[in-house]
Amino acid sequence: MTPLLELRNVSKRFGGLTAVDAVSFSIEAGELVGLIGPNGAGKTTLFNIIAGVYRPSQGQLLHRGDAISMLDPARIAKRGIARTFQNIRLFQSLTVLEHLLVAQTCRGLGLLAELNPLVSGAERTRRKAAMELLELVGLENRHDEIAIHLPYGAQRRLEIARALATSPELLLLDEPAAGLNDTETVGLREMLDALRAQHYTILLVEHDMKLVMRVCSRILVLEFGKLIASGAPAEIQVNPEVINAYLGAEA
Amino acid sequence: MNIYYEGVLASTGINILLALSAYTILATNRLSLGNAGFMAIGAYVSSYLTVNVGWPLFPSIAVAGAAPALIALAIGRPVLRLQGIYFVMVTLAFGEVTRTFFQNFEPTGGAYGMRGMSGVTIEMIYAFVAAFVLLYVAFDRSRAARLTYTLRDDDEAARSIGIDVVAVRLIAFAWGALVAGIAGALFAHYALYIESGNFNFLISASAVLFVILGGVQTFWGAIIGAVVLTLLPEALRFLDAWRLSAYGAILVAMMVLRPEGILTRTLLRRLRRLSPR
Ligand SMILES: Nc1ncnc2c1ncn2[C@@H]1O[C@H](COP(=O)(O)OP(=O)(O)O)[C@@H](O)[C@H]1O
Ligand SMILES: [Mg+2]
Repeated sequence: MTPLLELRNVSKRFGGLTAVDAVSFSIEAGELVGLIGPNGAGKTTLFNIIAGVYRPSQGQLLHRGDAISMLDPARIAKRGIARTFQNIRLFQSLTVLEHLLVAQTCRGLGLLAELNPLVSGAERTRRKAAMELLELVGLENRHDEIAIHLPYGAQRRLEIARALATSPELLLLDEPAAGLNDTETVGLREMLDALRAQHYTILLVEHDMKLVMRVCSRILVLEFGKLIASGAPAEIQVNPEVINAYLGAEA
Repeated sequence: MNIYYEGVLASTGINILLALSAYTILATNRLSLGNAGFMAIGAYVSSYLTVNVGWPLFPSIAVAGAAPALIALAIGRPVLRLQGIYFVMVTLAFGEVTRTFFQNFEPTGGAYGMRGMSGVTIEMIYAFVAAFVLLYVAFDRSRAARLTYTLRDDDEAARSIGIDVVAVRLIAFAWGALVAGIAGALFAHYALYIESGNFNFLISASAVLFVILGGVQTFWGAIIGAVVLTLLPEALRFLDAWRLSAYGAILVAMMVLRPEGILTRTLLRRLRRLSPR
Protein backbone atom coordinates (compact mmCIF):
# COMPACT_ATOMS: atom_id res chain seq x y z
CA MET A 1 0.00 0.00 0.00
CA THR A 2 1.28 3.52 -0.73
CA PRO A 3 1.97 5.45 2.47
CA LEU A 4 -0.05 8.58 3.27
CA LEU A 5 3.10 10.67 3.28
CA GLU A 6 6.55 9.76 2.10
CA LEU A 7 9.76 11.80 2.21
CA ARG A 8 12.64 10.67 0.06
CA ASN A 9 16.03 12.13 0.75
CA VAL A 10 14.65 15.58 1.54
CA SER A 11 17.10 18.41 2.28
CA LYS A 12 16.75 22.11 2.90
CA ARG A 13 19.66 24.51 2.88
CA PHE A 14 19.60 28.12 4.04
CA GLY A 15 22.77 29.58 2.57
CA GLY A 16 25.57 27.50 4.08
CA LEU A 17 23.36 25.92 6.74
CA THR A 18 21.76 22.56 6.05
CA ALA A 19 18.67 22.71 8.26
CA VAL A 20 17.25 19.41 6.97
CA ASP A 21 19.73 16.86 5.68
CA ALA A 22 18.67 13.98 3.42
CA VAL A 23 15.68 12.92 5.52
CA SER A 24 13.61 9.90 4.45
CA PHE A 25 10.61 8.41 6.24
CA SER A 26 7.01 7.56 5.59
CA ILE A 27 3.79 7.74 7.56
CA GLU A 28 0.92 5.28 7.19
CA ALA A 29 -2.70 6.30 7.59
CA GLY A 30 -3.83 6.18 11.23
CA GLU A 31 -0.38 6.49 12.78
CA LEU A 32 0.52 9.01 15.48
CA VAL A 33 4.20 9.66 14.87
CA GLY A 34 6.38 11.77 17.15
CA LEU A 35 9.19 13.94 15.78
CA ILE A 36 11.69 14.92 18.45
CA GLY A 37 15.09 16.51 18.56
CA PRO A 38 17.00 19.33 20.27
CA ASN A 39 16.23 22.97 19.47
CA GLY A 40 17.44 23.92 16.01
CA ALA A 41 17.40 20.30 14.82
CA GLY A 42 15.22 21.24 11.85
CA LYS A 43 11.79 20.04 13.00
CA THR A 44 9.90 23.22 12.13
CA THR A 45 11.77 23.49 8.84
CA LEU A 46 10.68 19.95 8.02
CA PHE A 47 7.06 20.93 8.79
CA ASN A 48 7.37 23.96 6.56
CA ILE A 49 8.64 21.76 3.73
CA ILE A 50 5.74 19.33 4.09
CA ALA A 51 3.24 22.22 4.35
CA GLY A 52 4.56 23.82 1.15
CA VAL A 53 6.01 26.93 2.80
CA TYR A 54 9.51 25.95 1.68
CA ARG A 55 10.57 24.11 -1.46
CA PRO A 56 13.04 21.36 -0.57
CA SER A 57 16.53 22.04 -1.91
CA GLN A 58 16.66 18.37 -2.83
CA GLY A 59 14.55 15.24 -2.53
CA GLN A 60 10.93 14.28 -3.04
CA LEU A 61 7.69 14.50 -1.11
CA LEU A 62 4.86 12.13 -1.95
CA HIS A 63 1.29 12.36 -0.72
CA ARG A 64 -0.58 9.13 -1.52
CA GLY A 65 2.07 8.56 -4.16
CA ASP A 66 1.71 11.99 -5.83
CA ALA A 67 4.68 14.37 -5.90
CA ILE A 68 3.72 17.44 -3.86
CA SER A 69 6.96 19.34 -3.37
CA MET A 70 5.99 21.98 -5.97
CA LEU A 71 2.60 22.79 -4.38
CA ASP A 72 1.97 26.00 -2.42
CA PRO A 73 0.61 25.91 1.15
CA ALA A 74 -3.02 26.49 0.08
CA ARG A 75 -2.90 23.51 -2.32
CA ILE A 76 -1.28 21.34 0.34
CA ALA A 77 -4.06 22.26 2.76
CA LYS A 78 -6.66 21.46 0.11
CA ARG A 79 -5.08 18.02 -0.33
CA GLY A 80 -5.78 17.35 3.34
CA ILE A 81 -2.53 18.19 5.09
CA ALA A 82 -3.18 20.67 7.91
CA ARG A 83 -0.73 22.22 10.34
CA THR A 84 -0.45 24.33 13.46
CA PHE A 85 2.26 26.89 14.10
CA GLN A 86 4.94 26.77 16.77
CA ASN A 87 4.36 30.52 17.24
CA ILE A 88 0.58 30.79 17.41
CA ARG A 89 -0.92 32.49 14.35
CA LEU A 90 -4.59 33.30 14.89
CA PHE A 91 -6.67 35.87 12.97
CA GLN A 92 -6.95 38.94 15.16
CA SER A 93 -10.28 40.17 13.82
CA LEU A 94 -12.11 36.83 13.94
CA THR A 95 -14.03 35.18 16.75
CA VAL A 96 -13.30 31.64 17.91
CA LEU A 97 -16.17 30.16 15.89
CA GLU A 98 -15.28 32.20 12.81
CA HIS A 99 -11.82 30.63 12.79
CA LEU A 100 -13.41 27.27 12.22
CA LEU A 101 -15.98 28.55 9.72
CA VAL A 102 -13.25 29.99 7.45
CA ALA A 103 -11.17 26.84 7.78
CA GLN A 104 -14.13 24.66 6.80
CA THR A 105 -14.16 26.27 3.35
CA CYS A 106 -10.73 24.73 2.71
CA ARG A 107 -12.03 21.69 0.86
CA GLY A 108 -15.05 23.58 -0.51
CA LEU A 109 -15.75 25.14 -3.86
CA GLY A 110 -13.94 28.42 -3.29
CA LEU A 111 -14.84 32.08 -3.10
CA LEU A 112 -17.67 32.04 -5.66
CA ALA A 113 -19.59 29.32 -3.86
CA GLU A 114 -19.14 31.24 -0.63
CA LEU A 115 -20.71 34.29 -2.30
CA ASN A 116 -23.83 32.39 -3.26
CA PRO A 117 -26.53 33.14 -0.66
CA LEU A 118 -28.62 30.21 -1.92
CA VAL A 119 -26.23 27.64 -0.43
CA SER A 120 -27.29 28.58 3.08
CA GLY A 121 -28.39 25.16 4.34
CA ALA A 122 -24.72 24.29 4.33
CA GLU A 123 -24.05 27.10 6.78
CA ARG A 124 -26.15 25.49 9.52
CA THR A 125 -24.44 22.12 9.07
CA ARG A 126 -21.07 23.84 9.19
CA ARG A 127 -21.88 25.71 12.38
CA LYS A 128 -22.95 22.46 13.99
CA ALA A 129 -19.76 20.72 12.91
CA ALA A 130 -17.71 23.69 14.10
CA MET A 131 -19.39 23.64 17.52
CA GLU A 132 -18.64 19.92 17.80
CA LEU A 133 -14.97 20.60 17.11
CA LEU A 134 -15.00 23.35 19.73
CA GLU A 135 -16.43 20.85 22.20
CA LEU A 136 -13.59 18.48 21.37
CA VAL A 137 -11.04 21.15 22.32
CA GLY A 138 -13.14 22.52 25.20
CA LEU A 139 -13.88 25.94 23.75
CA GLU A 140 -17.61 25.64 23.08
CA ASN A 141 -18.47 28.21 25.74
CA ARG A 142 -16.13 30.81 24.28
CA HIS A 143 -17.17 30.53 20.63
CA ASP A 144 -18.24 34.19 20.39
CA GLU A 145 -15.05 35.71 21.82
CA ILE A 146 -12.36 37.38 19.73
CA ALA A 147 -9.79 34.60 19.48
CA ILE A 148 -6.70 36.59 20.41
CA HIS A 149 -8.32 37.53 23.73
CA LEU A 150 -8.26 33.88 24.83
CA PRO A 151 -5.64 32.68 27.33
CA TYR A 152 -2.54 31.08 25.85
CA GLY A 153 -3.51 27.45 26.32
CA ALA A 154 -6.92 28.05 24.77
CA GLN A 155 -5.27 29.73 21.77
CA ARG A 156 -3.15 26.62 21.21
CA ARG A 157 -6.25 24.43 21.32
CA LEU A 158 -8.02 26.74 18.89
CA GLU A 159 -5.13 26.40 16.45
CA ILE A 160 -5.60 22.65 16.54
CA ALA A 161 -9.35 23.01 16.09
CA ARG A 162 -8.82 25.33 13.14
CA ALA A 163 -6.54 22.78 11.51
CA LEU A 164 -9.10 20.04 12.18
CA ALA A 165 -11.83 22.16 10.60
CA THR A 166 -10.13 21.79 7.22
CA SER A 167 -11.05 18.06 7.43
CA PRO A 168 -7.45 16.93 7.14
CA GLU A 169 -6.22 13.39 6.77
CA LEU A 170 -2.80 14.34 8.08
CA LEU A 171 -2.29 16.75 10.95
CA LEU A 172 1.09 18.40 11.64
CA LEU A 173 1.31 19.71 15.22
CA ASP A 174 4.32 21.89 16.06
CA GLU A 175 4.95 21.86 19.83
CA PRO A 176 1.30 22.01 20.93
CA ALA A 177 2.28 21.65 24.62
CA ALA A 178 4.77 24.53 24.59
CA GLY A 179 3.88 27.05 27.27
CA LEU A 180 1.04 24.95 28.71
CA ASN A 181 0.76 24.30 32.43
CA ASP A 182 0.34 20.76 33.83
CA THR A 183 -3.47 20.69 33.76
CA GLU A 184 -3.50 22.07 30.23
CA THR A 185 -0.96 19.43 29.16
CA VAL A 186 -3.18 16.69 30.56
CA GLY A 187 -6.07 18.20 28.58
CA LEU A 188 -3.94 18.16 25.45
CA ARG A 189 -2.97 14.53 26.04
CA GLU A 190 -6.61 13.53 26.37
CA MET A 191 -7.36 15.41 23.19
CA LEU A 192 -4.57 13.61 21.31
CA ASP A 193 -5.92 10.30 22.59
CA ALA A 194 -9.36 11.27 21.34
CA LEU A 195 -7.96 12.23 17.93
CA ARG A 196 -6.07 8.96 17.70
CA ALA A 197 -9.26 7.09 18.56
CA GLN A 198 -10.90 8.91 15.64
CA HIS A 199 -8.12 7.60 13.34
CA TYR A 200 -6.55 10.91 12.51
CA THR A 201 -3.01 10.60 11.21
CA ILE A 202 -0.73 12.91 13.18
CA LEU A 203 2.88 14.00 13.01
CA LEU A 204 3.68 15.55 16.39
CA VAL A 205 6.68 17.74 17.20
CA GLU A 206 7.00 18.00 20.95
CA HIS A 207 9.59 18.55 23.66
CA ASP A 208 7.48 17.08 26.45
CA MET A 209 8.99 13.55 26.44
CA LYS A 210 6.41 12.08 28.78
CA LEU A 211 3.67 13.20 26.42
CA VAL A 212 5.44 11.94 23.30
CA MET A 213 6.29 8.56 24.84
CA ARG A 214 2.68 8.12 25.96
CA VAL A 215 0.71 9.02 22.86
CA CYS A 216 2.99 8.14 19.93
CA SER A 217 3.17 4.73 18.31
CA ARG A 218 6.45 5.57 16.60
CA ILE A 219 9.10 8.22 17.11
CA LEU A 220 11.53 9.89 14.69
CA VAL A 221 14.61 11.62 16.08
CA LEU A 222 16.23 14.53 14.29
CA GLU A 223 19.62 16.01 15.15
CA PHE A 224 21.40 18.70 13.12
CA GLY A 225 18.92 18.08 10.30
CA LYS A 226 19.65 14.35 10.11
CA LEU A 227 17.31 11.55 11.05
CA ILE A 228 19.34 9.62 13.64
CA ALA A 229 16.75 7.15 14.88
CA SER A 230 13.26 5.84 14.27
CA GLY A 231 11.26 3.31 16.23
CA ALA A 232 8.78 2.49 18.99
CA PRO A 233 8.95 4.66 22.15
CA ALA A 234 10.55 1.82 24.15
CA GLU A 235 13.34 1.45 21.57
CA ILE A 236 13.96 5.18 21.33
CA GLN A 237 14.26 5.52 25.10
CA VAL A 238 17.22 3.13 25.22
CA ASN A 239 18.84 4.14 21.91
CA PRO A 240 22.40 5.27 22.77
CA GLU A 241 22.58 7.79 19.91
CA VAL A 242 19.38 9.47 21.08
CA ILE A 243 20.51 9.57 24.69
CA ASN A 244 23.76 11.06 23.49
CA ALA A 245 22.04 13.72 21.39
CA TYR A 246 19.90 14.79 24.32
CA LEU A 247 22.66 14.66 26.90
CA GLY A 248 24.88 16.56 24.47
CA ALA A 249 22.21 19.19 24.05
CA GLU A 250 21.71 19.56 27.79
CA ALA A 251 25.38 19.62 28.72
CA MET B 1 -31.58 72.89 -4.89
CA ASN B 2 -28.96 75.52 -4.24
CA ILE B 3 -26.12 74.94 -6.70
CA TYR B 4 -23.52 75.14 -3.93
CA TYR B 5 -25.15 72.53 -1.73
CA GLU B 6 -25.72 70.30 -4.72
CA GLY B 7 -22.04 70.45 -5.57
CA VAL B 8 -21.06 69.48 -2.00
CA LEU B 9 -23.57 66.63 -2.04
CA ALA B 10 -22.24 65.39 -5.37
CA SER B 11 -18.65 65.29 -4.20
CA THR B 12 -19.78 63.52 -1.02
CA GLY B 13 -21.34 60.80 -3.18
CA ILE B 14 -18.26 60.47 -5.39
CA ASN B 15 -16.04 60.40 -2.30
CA ILE B 16 -18.11 57.59 -0.76
CA LEU B 17 -17.38 55.51 -3.86
CA LEU B 18 -13.68 56.40 -3.73
CA ALA B 19 -13.58 55.47 -0.03
CA LEU B 20 -15.21 52.09 -0.75
CA SER B 21 -12.63 51.52 -3.47
CA ALA B 22 -9.75 52.27 -1.10
CA TYR B 23 -11.39 50.23 1.67
CA THR B 24 -11.67 47.09 -0.45
CA ILE B 25 -7.96 47.06 -1.24
CA LEU B 26 -7.00 48.11 2.29
CA ALA B 27 -9.12 45.28 3.69
CA THR B 28 -6.71 42.82 2.07
CA ASN B 29 -3.80 44.50 3.83
CA ARG B 30 -2.58 46.61 0.89
CA LEU B 31 -2.60 50.40 0.98
CA SER B 32 -3.02 51.81 -2.52
CA LEU B 33 -2.13 55.41 -3.25
CA GLY B 34 -2.96 54.99 -6.93
CA ASN B 35 -6.73 54.84 -6.99
CA ALA B 36 -6.93 58.26 -8.65
CA GLY B 37 -5.30 56.50 -11.63
CA PHE B 38 -8.18 54.02 -11.83
CA MET B 39 -10.60 56.91 -11.42
CA ALA B 40 -8.90 58.78 -14.28
CA ILE B 41 -9.14 55.76 -16.56
CA GLY B 42 -12.86 55.47 -15.80
CA ALA B 43 -13.40 59.19 -16.36
CA TYR B 44 -11.51 59.40 -19.66
CA VAL B 45 -12.75 56.09 -21.10
CA SER B 46 -16.40 56.95 -20.44
CA SER B 47 -15.97 60.53 -21.69
CA TYR B 48 -14.31 59.34 -24.86
CA LEU B 49 -17.09 56.84 -25.44
CA THR B 50 -19.95 59.30 -24.93
CA VAL B 51 -18.38 62.37 -26.57
CA ASN B 52 -16.18 60.98 -29.36
CA VAL B 53 -17.85 57.66 -30.15
CA GLY B 54 -21.38 58.70 -29.36
CA TRP B 55 -22.22 55.83 -27.03
CA PRO B 56 -25.12 56.13 -24.61
CA LEU B 57 -24.29 56.92 -20.99
CA PHE B 58 -24.87 53.61 -19.20
CA PRO B 59 -22.82 51.30 -21.40
CA SER B 60 -20.04 53.89 -21.18
CA ILE B 61 -20.18 53.83 -17.38
CA ALA B 62 -20.05 50.02 -17.46
CA VAL B 63 -16.93 50.08 -19.61
CA ALA B 64 -15.49 52.76 -17.30
CA GLY B 65 -15.72 50.17 -14.52
CA ALA B 66 -14.46 47.25 -16.58
CA ALA B 67 -11.40 49.00 -18.08
CA PRO B 68 -9.56 49.81 -14.84
CA ALA B 69 -10.57 46.42 -13.42
CA LEU B 70 -8.90 44.67 -16.37
CA ILE B 71 -5.81 46.83 -15.97
CA ALA B 72 -5.73 45.95 -12.26
CA LEU B 73 -5.94 42.25 -13.13
CA ALA B 74 -3.12 42.66 -15.62
CA ILE B 75 -0.72 44.47 -13.28
CA GLY B 76 -2.00 42.91 -10.05
CA ARG B 77 0.00 39.71 -9.83
CA PRO B 78 3.50 41.21 -9.62
CA VAL B 79 2.36 44.38 -7.87
CA LEU B 80 0.38 42.67 -5.10
CA ARG B 81 3.39 40.53 -4.29
CA LEU B 82 4.88 43.70 -2.81
CA GLN B 83 3.93 44.68 0.71
CA GLY B 84 3.97 47.71 2.95
CA ILE B 85 5.77 50.78 1.70
CA TYR B 86 6.83 49.05 -1.57
CA PHE B 87 3.24 48.50 -2.61
CA VAL B 88 2.40 52.08 -1.61
CA MET B 89 5.22 53.44 -3.79
CA VAL B 90 4.35 51.34 -6.84
CA THR B 91 0.66 52.28 -6.74
CA LEU B 92 1.59 55.91 -6.22
CA ALA B 93 3.79 55.73 -9.30
CA PHE B 94 0.96 54.06 -11.21
CA GLY B 95 -1.38 56.94 -10.34
CA GLU B 96 1.12 59.57 -11.41
CA VAL B 97 2.02 57.75 -14.64
CA THR B 98 -1.67 57.49 -15.49
CA ARG B 99 -2.23 61.17 -14.79
CA THR B 100 0.71 62.30 -16.95
CA PHE B 101 -0.39 59.90 -19.67
CA PHE B 102 -3.74 61.66 -19.94
CA GLN B 103 -2.04 65.02 -19.70
CA ASN B 104 -0.19 64.19 -22.92
CA PHE B 105 -2.63 61.91 -24.71
CA GLU B 106 -4.11 64.04 -27.52
CA PRO B 107 -7.15 61.85 -28.43
CA THR B 108 -8.62 62.69 -25.01
CA GLY B 109 -7.73 66.36 -25.12
CA GLY B 110 -4.23 66.22 -23.63
CA ALA B 111 -3.47 69.24 -21.47
CA TYR B 112 -6.71 70.94 -22.59
CA GLY B 113 -8.86 68.31 -20.93
CA MET B 114 -12.21 67.09 -22.18
CA ARG B 115 -15.64 68.66 -22.31
CA GLY B 116 -18.99 67.82 -23.78
CA MET B 117 -19.98 65.15 -21.25
CA SER B 118 -23.39 65.35 -19.61
CA GLY B 119 -26.29 63.35 -18.32
CA VAL B 120 -25.30 62.46 -14.75
CA THR B 121 -27.54 64.09 -12.14
CA ILE B 122 -27.13 64.21 -8.39
CA GLU B 123 -29.93 61.62 -8.13
CA MET B 124 -28.03 59.32 -10.43
CA ILE B 125 -24.86 59.63 -8.35
CA TYR B 126 -26.78 58.60 -5.26
CA ALA B 127 -28.52 55.78 -7.10
CA PHE B 128 -25.05 54.40 -7.81
CA VAL B 129 -23.94 55.00 -4.22
CA ALA B 130 -27.05 53.18 -2.97
CA ALA B 131 -26.47 50.29 -5.37
CA PHE B 132 -22.86 49.87 -4.23
CA VAL B 133 -23.73 50.16 -0.55
CA LEU B 134 -26.28 47.37 -1.08
CA LEU B 135 -23.62 45.26 -2.78
CA TYR B 136 -21.26 45.82 0.15
CA VAL B 137 -24.00 44.95 2.66
CA ALA B 138 -24.75 41.76 0.74
CA PHE B 139 -21.09 40.83 0.51
CA ASP B 140 -20.53 41.56 4.18
CA ARG B 141 -23.25 39.04 5.03
CA SER B 142 -21.86 36.40 2.70
CA ARG B 143 -19.58 33.69 3.95
CA ALA B 144 -16.93 34.95 1.53
CA ALA B 145 -16.50 38.14 3.59
CA ARG B 146 -15.02 36.12 6.43
CA LEU B 147 -12.45 34.67 4.06
CA THR B 148 -11.24 38.12 3.07
CA TYR B 149 -10.78 39.11 6.73
CA THR B 150 -8.09 36.44 7.07
CA LEU B 151 -5.95 38.29 4.51
CA ARG B 152 -5.98 41.42 6.59
CA ASP B 153 -4.77 39.45 9.59
CA ASP B 154 -2.26 36.79 8.56
CA ASP B 155 -1.37 35.53 5.10
CA GLU B 156 0.53 32.49 6.27
CA ALA B 157 -2.27 31.31 8.53
CA ALA B 158 -4.76 31.95 5.72
CA ARG B 159 -2.73 29.83 3.30
CA SER B 160 -2.50 27.07 5.89
CA ILE B 161 -6.27 26.64 5.73
CA GLY B 162 -6.36 26.54 1.95
CA ILE B 163 -7.17 30.16 1.14
CA ASP B 164 -5.63 31.24 -2.16
CA VAL B 165 -4.43 34.61 -0.87
CA VAL B 166 -3.04 35.67 -4.26
CA ALA B 167 -6.35 35.13 -6.04
CA VAL B 168 -8.51 36.73 -3.34
CA ARG B 169 -6.25 39.77 -3.19
CA LEU B 170 -6.26 40.10 -6.99
CA ILE B 171 -10.06 40.02 -7.12
CA ALA B 172 -10.27 42.66 -4.37
CA PHE B 173 -7.75 44.86 -6.20
CA ALA B 174 -9.72 44.62 -9.45
CA TRP B 175 -13.00 45.32 -7.66
CA GLY B 176 -11.49 48.38 -5.99
CA ALA B 177 -10.33 49.58 -9.43
CA LEU B 178 -13.83 49.01 -10.82
CA VAL B 179 -15.49 51.11 -8.13
CA ALA B 180 -12.92 53.92 -8.64
CA GLY B 181 -13.49 53.78 -12.41
CA ILE B 182 -17.24 54.18 -12.00
CA ALA B 183 -16.67 57.05 -9.58
CA GLY B 184 -14.53 58.65 -12.31
CA ALA B 185 -17.22 58.23 -14.97
CA LEU B 186 -19.89 59.75 -12.71
CA PHE B 187 -17.56 62.61 -11.82
CA ALA B 188 -16.76 63.36 -15.48
CA HIS B 189 -20.38 63.40 -16.58
CA TYR B 190 -21.49 65.45 -13.62
CA ALA B 191 -18.66 68.01 -13.64
CA LEU B 192 -19.00 68.38 -17.46
CA TYR B 193 -15.28 69.07 -17.78
CA ILE B 194 -12.22 67.07 -16.79
CA GLU B 195 -8.49 67.57 -16.95
CA SER B 196 -5.69 65.30 -15.81
CA GLY B 197 -5.09 67.48 -12.74
CA ASN B 198 -8.47 66.35 -11.35
CA PHE B 199 -6.95 62.94 -10.71
CA ASN B 200 -3.86 63.86 -8.78
CA PHE B 201 -2.18 62.09 -5.90
CA LEU B 202 -4.22 64.02 -3.30
CA ILE B 203 -7.38 62.27 -4.52
CA SER B 204 -5.81 58.87 -3.83
CA ALA B 205 -4.50 60.04 -0.47
CA SER B 206 -7.82 61.44 0.70
CA ALA B 207 -9.61 58.24 -0.28
CA VAL B 208 -7.28 56.37 2.08
CA LEU B 209 -7.74 59.06 4.72
CA PHE B 210 -11.53 58.62 4.60
CA VAL B 211 -11.07 54.94 5.40
CA ILE B 212 -8.48 55.38 8.13
CA LEU B 213 -10.45 58.10 9.93
CA GLY B 214 -13.79 56.38 9.45
CA GLY B 215 -12.44 53.00 10.54
CA VAL B 216 -10.74 50.28 8.53
CA GLN B 217 -12.58 47.35 10.08
CA THR B 218 -15.90 47.71 8.27
CA PHE B 219 -16.99 49.37 5.03
CA TRP B 220 -19.41 51.54 7.03
CA GLY B 221 -16.33 53.21 8.48
CA ALA B 222 -15.19 54.17 4.97
CA ILE B 223 -18.60 55.67 4.22
CA ILE B 224 -18.73 57.64 7.46
CA GLY B 225 -15.18 58.87 6.91
CA ALA B 226 -16.02 60.09 3.41
CA VAL B 227 -19.14 61.90 4.59
CA VAL B 228 -17.54 63.52 7.63
CA LEU B 229 -14.36 64.59 5.87
CA THR B 230 -16.17 65.99 2.83
CA LEU B 231 -18.68 67.96 4.87
CA LEU B 232 -16.27 69.12 7.57
CA PRO B 233 -14.39 71.71 5.47
CA GLU B 234 -17.73 73.09 4.28
CA ALA B 235 -19.05 73.31 7.82
CA LEU B 236 -15.89 75.20 8.79
CA ARG B 237 -16.32 77.89 6.12
CA PHE B 238 -17.35 80.44 8.78
CA LEU B 239 -13.74 80.31 10.01
CA ASP B 240 -12.53 81.90 6.76
CA ALA B 241 -8.74 81.95 6.70
CA TRP B 242 -8.50 79.57 9.68
CA ARG B 243 -10.59 76.94 7.95
CA LEU B 244 -7.78 74.67 6.77
CA SER B 245 -5.87 74.95 10.04
CA ALA B 246 -8.99 74.00 11.97
CA TYR B 247 -9.62 71.11 9.56
CA GLY B 248 -6.08 69.84 10.08
CA ALA B 249 -6.35 70.20 13.85
CA ILE B 250 -9.60 68.23 13.92
CA LEU B 251 -8.05 65.43 11.83
CA VAL B 252 -5.10 65.18 14.19
CA ALA B 253 -7.40 65.21 17.22
CA MET B 254 -9.56 62.44 15.73
CA MET B 255 -6.51 60.31 14.99
CA VAL B 256 -5.17 60.78 18.52
CA LEU B 257 -8.48 60.24 20.30
CA ARG B 258 -9.62 57.31 18.20
CA PRO B 259 -6.73 55.79 16.24
CA GLU B 260 -8.83 52.80 15.21
CA GLY B 261 -11.25 55.11 13.38
CA ILE B 262 -14.78 56.32 14.12
CA LEU B 263 -16.45 52.96 13.58
CA THR B 264 -15.07 49.61 14.75
CA ARG B 265 -16.45 46.09 14.50
CA THR B 266 -16.93 46.03 18.26
CA LEU B 267 -18.92 49.28 18.16
CA LEU B 268 -20.98 47.93 15.27
CA ARG B 269 -21.77 44.74 17.21
CA ARG B 270 -22.83 46.82 20.21
CA LEU B 271 -25.09 48.99 18.05
CA ARG B 272 -26.67 45.86 16.55
CA ARG B 273 -27.37 44.49 20.02
CA LEU B 274 -29.01 47.78 21.04
CA SER B 275 -31.30 47.92 18.05
CA PRO B 276 -34.52 45.95 18.65
CA ARG B 277 -35.14 43.10 16.25
N1 LIG C 1 14.04 30.88 7.16
C1 LIG C 1 15.24 30.53 7.65
N2 LIG C 1 16.37 31.11 7.21
C2 LIG C 1 17.58 30.76 7.68
N3 LIG C 1 17.76 29.82 8.62
C3 LIG C 1 16.68 29.20 9.12
C4 LIG C 1 15.35 29.52 8.65
N4 LIG C 1 14.47 28.73 9.32
C5 LIG C 1 15.20 27.98 10.16
N5 LIG C 1 16.52 28.24 10.04
C6 LIG C 1 17.61 27.57 10.77
O1 LIG C 1 17.46 26.18 10.55
C7 LIG C 1 17.77 25.46 11.74
C8 LIG C 1 16.60 24.60 12.12
O2 LIG C 1 15.57 25.41 12.64
P1 LIG C 1 14.15 24.85 13.03
O3 LIG C 1 13.62 24.06 11.91
O4 LIG C 1 13.31 26.00 13.48
O5 LIG C 1 14.49 23.91 14.26
P2 LIG C 1 13.55 23.25 15.36
O6 LIG C 1 12.13 23.49 14.98
O7 LIG C 1 13.92 21.81 15.36
O8 LIG C 1 13.91 23.90 16.67
C9 LIG C 1 18.15 26.48 12.78
O9 LIG C 1 19.53 26.59 12.81
C10 LIG C 1 17.53 27.76 12.26
O10 LIG C 1 18.26 28.88 12.68
MG1 LIG D 1 10.65 24.47 15.96
